[in-house]
Amino acid sequence: MSRASLFVPLGIFISILALGYVGFSLDARNQLPSALLGKPFPEFSATSLLRPDVKITKAELLGRPVLVNVWATWCPTCKSEHEQLMRIAATTDVLMVGVDYKDTPERAIQWLEQYGNPYDYVLDDRDGSLGIELGVYGAPETFLLNASGEVVYKRVGDINVRIWENELLPRFQALEIAMRGQSGAGR
Amino acid sequence: MIISSRMFCARSGAVFFACMFSLLMLGSAMTHAESQIDIYPFADEAEERRYKGLIEEFRCPKCLNTNLAGSDAPIAKDLRGTVYRLQVEEGYSDQQIRDYLRARYGDFVLYDPPFSAQTWYIWLTPVGLGILALALLARLLGRARKQKPVALSDADRGRIAALLEEK
Repeated sequence: MSRASLFVPLGIFISILALGYVGFSLDARNQLPSALLGKPFPEFSATSLLRPDVKITKAELLGRPVLVNVWATWCPTCKSEHEQLMRIAATTDVLMVGVDYKDTPERAIQWLEQYGNPYDYVLDDRDGSLGIELGVYGAPETFLLNASGEVVYKRVGDINVRIWENELLPRFQALEIAMRGQSGAGR
Repeated sequence: MIISSRMFCARSGAVFFACMFSLLMLGSAMTHAESQIDIYPFADEAEERRYKGLIEEFRCPKCLNTNLAGSDAPIAKDLRGTVYRLQVEEGYSDQQIRDYLRARYGDFVLYDPPFSAQTWYIWLTPVGLGILALALLARLLGRARKQKPVALSDADRGRIAALLEEK
């Protein structure tokens, strides 16, 4: 047996450590990649939470960048991201769509009255069926759609200042520029 | 006598192992049992078996190491309901149900990663390790074959006899 082979166990040990180090430092181990990424947002027809006689469909979401935010009153993280959503609604002209996921409509309406309503449309998804169409497995989840209704980004977890500034805002701005370019070419 | 007691030892070791192993299996079978019971009507037993097979097959997206059958998560309950609806009410085939869930929740729910640029190492690592093991085995066997018996001198034989006598 050569001297060098004595170091084989150490080598194995170090490679296990390296695997663990890389594995545990991967960001968002619990986040699934969305199956919808790069694909069109599914067709849907949902009742408006605030105007139950009105149906909202995908047609309403086309023509400009859209932020679809899945939330619920039972979700503490949704409370913590609410302020940031209010800021986004106030400072940009992105179309904000809330999906009230597996929730009690009365409570949801009360929540919006109490904390403010950042959404242009709020969809009532009390049985979670729209959530399944979107591949939602918890709340909050947020999708960014381009003007033709394709999902360009998905975030599982809260929208905080860091996520907004680093992930969402640059994409949103790129979408706006692309849109302006298109309408400019059309003229 | 010595030999037979040794055999007994070996056998009792095997018995012990078999016993522990079956306990372990029983334990995992029990934790694997459905933790949530949904009440769905089925036309016949075959339909019900098919449903149970399907919810065993898919992975719960919320709880990473549990299948739909074994999870308490609300999303798992909803997806069990979806599987039931697709199978019984919409008459989907197994493959159509798989495709439906995959289109929404990705490859993740299938417990079956496709071979791609991101997943090749999952598939190739076991193959690589197998090749490595075979190479090592071949080398060890080759080395063993090269060894030759050593001729004993009369002096060696005398020493061996003396040592055996001592015992």
